[in-house]
Amino acid sequence: MELTNYLGLAAILFAIGSATVLLRRNSIVVFMGIELMLNATNLVLVTFARMHGDITGQLLAFFVMVVAAAEVVVGLAIIITIFRARRSASVDDVNLLQS
Amino acid sequence: MQTLALAPWLVATPSLGAAILLLAGRRTDRWGHWVGVLASAATFVVGLVMLLDMFGMAPEERVAHHTVGTWVDAGALHVDLGFQIDPLSMTFVMLVTFVGTLIHVYSVAYMSHDLDRRRFFAYLNLFVAAMLLLVLADSYLVLFVGWEGVGLASFLLIGFWDHERVNAVAGKKAFVMNRVGDMGLLVAMMLMLATFGAVDFETVIGASAQGAPGASQAVMIAIGLMLLLAACGKSAQFPLQAWLGDAMAGPTPVSALIHAATMVTAGVYLLVRSGPVLEAAPDAQLVVAIVGAVTLLFGAIVGCAKDDIKKTLAASTMSQIGYMMLAAGLGPVGYAFAIFHLITHGFFKAGLFLGAGSVMHAMGDTVDMRRFGGLARLLPVTTITMGLGWLAILGVPPFSGFYSKDKIIEAAFMGEGWRPWVFGFAALLGAGITAYYMSRLFFMTFAGRRRWASDGPDAPHPHEAPALMVWPMIVLAVGSAGLGFALNVGDGFVHWLEPVVGHTEHHEPVLPVWLLIALTLVLVVLGAALAFRQYAMSAVPTTPPHAHALVRAARVDLHQDDVNEALVMRPGQYLTRALVYSDRTAVDAGWLGLAGGIGRFGDRLRRLQSGYVRQYAAQTLGGLAVIAVVVWLLSGQVG
Repeated sequence: MELTNYLGLAAILFAIGSATVLLRRNSIVVFMGIELMLNATNLVLVTFARMHGDITGQLLAFFVMVVAAAEVVVGLAIIITIFRARRSASVDDVNLLQS
Repeated sequence: MQTLALAPWLVATPSLGAAILLLAGRRTDRWGHWVGVLASAATFVVGLVMLLDMFGMAPEERVAHHTVGTWVDAGALHVDLGFQIDPLSMTFVMLVTFVGTLIHVYSVAYMSHDLDRRRFFAYLNLFVAAMLLLVLADSYLVLFVGWEGVGLASFLLIGFWDHERVNAVAGKKAFVMNRVGDMGLLVAMMLMLATFGAVDFETVIGASAQGAPGASQAVMIAIGLMLLLAACGKSAQFPLQAWLGDAMAGPTPVSALIHAATMVTAGVYLLVRSGPVLEAAPDAQLVVAIVGAVTLLFGAIVGCAKDDIKKTLAASTMSQIGYMMLAAGLGPVGYAFAIFHLITHGFFKAGLFLGAGSVMHAMGDTVDMRRFGGLARLLPVTTITMGLGWLAILGVPPFSGFYSKDKIIEAAFMGEGWRPWVFGFAALLGAGITAYYMSRLFFMTFAGRRRWASDGPDAPHPHEAPALMVWPMIVLAVGSAGLGFALNVGDGFVHWLEPVVGHTEHHEPVLPVWLLIALTLVLVVLGAALAFRQYAMSAVPTTPPHAHALVRAARVDLHQDDVNEALVMRPGQYLTRALVYSDRTAVDAGWLGLAGGIGRFGDRLRRLQSGYVRQYAAQTLGGLAVIAVVVWLLSGQVG
């Protein structure tokens, strides 16, 4: 099986993830889109590690996973706090930081 | 010279008096004026001790320096705070402290009803200190400190009664016109630094006396003309003469001390001190003589038409200083006589001013001579003292003016070509006009019928002044009468100044001396007789009668203020207005426009911050895409 197919899959996953972030308003769903983009990135890292026979890429993928896990914890906490305060999970309602 | 170390005390003593009076404030109101008198008198005593010491020395040893310390030490520029003690500076010390002390005493009585008498004496002491620093300095820079100090004191004292706007304006006018002259002195000093590398008398005058090697004629002329400009500002000479008449707004003792006897003669001192500099630039020297001749006629003509007793005396001062300037511009032959006339003038003009103050005291501060008349019987002492001053300024032998002014007229007739004729006859004519207007003043005030209201609530009750005012007048009158003769015995004063101004061979005037003396006396008698006929024999109208164009012009100082306003003030105002306008429309508008543009740009940029997270995400993604495309294109090119 061609390794480049993994890259294609990663690109498709990244596109779906970014489209989710850009198009959906629910912050939980946006969050899922971000996770999808992170995993697409991980896939690219692992694939290239395999292609070049270099373990660094795989190592980096673990780092990304750890950081992503931490980010999920903090991010979900923020989303819940905002939801409690404003009874809304829409990212478009949180636009206080503007000009 | 053993007493040389006393020199700093000449400046320190009156400074101390001024400092005590100004710093201690109202606490010294009750006795402060006596502190002022004491400081001035003590300075006179110090000066006298030094003078007596100087008398005991050989003439060539009489020029000495006393250096207190280094003042400025910056690379090539080195200026010491030093004092020049020589017959010329000691002459001035004696004039300033002697006349100054008399006027201090006079002021104790004259200003006795003034609530601010203490402040007045503080300023007088400040003036004496600054004037002594001016004449004792051994470099132009130290002289300049005194020069500015007397200007400040003059400003403060002219505007002393500044609760009346006209007095404050007069003070400001004097200050501003003096600043114009001060610029001249500054530029002269800069030229000296550039040319000789120093500003002390020894270097500058020493080099000039040897023909100023290394300096071009143009630079020497520029230095000479700038020194003349400085002298014109301080001494109220044409074309910077307009402030002196207005300066009469100050109290009369101030007019006597500052605007007659001492400060206004500082310009003459400067030029005589800088004599060799001017001799190295004969063209500048000629301009000095011309300025002197023009001013002596200008002042004399103005004096003929003024009805204000003080302004008549001011015009006369201007004219007499014109004589001194003329003498200073004649070269070494005139220096000694310029100073000689300066000394005698200091006595008789101070005496005349104090007399005028006494008359004003008697007449309830009226200065209009058309409202005087017939005061001789009521003010006998004032009449006699002013009479002696009057005879002295007329140059009637054997009074002071005869010895000093006639020598200047004689010197003006020396030389070759057209100069002796022009300068000589200007000086001669000036003597005749002087006789006319001073006699006019004397007769209008003391002779004829009384022209003041003798009844009614505001009627003055003329009475002789108190003793403190009368005695200084008597002393000055004695000086006016006898000083010229005393200083002239065996050419004593001329020999006394020789260590400073140098010895000059005797020249013969283009007309014989006896003829000149006779001509002068004839003109003086004619002028006095004309004034006697007009103002003593016939009735004087109490309002100025209609007169021909010259008299009308002279009444307004030959339109000096109109000329200044038209030539300098208004163009200056237009220039500043144009500058302000162009600053606003070009410079300010440019920078404000630029700032506004940046602000508007930032405003646009701010709209990108919408607060919508998804928009930021899209921007990030878009940016990423752009970077990716650029990297791809670049790598394609490299590959």
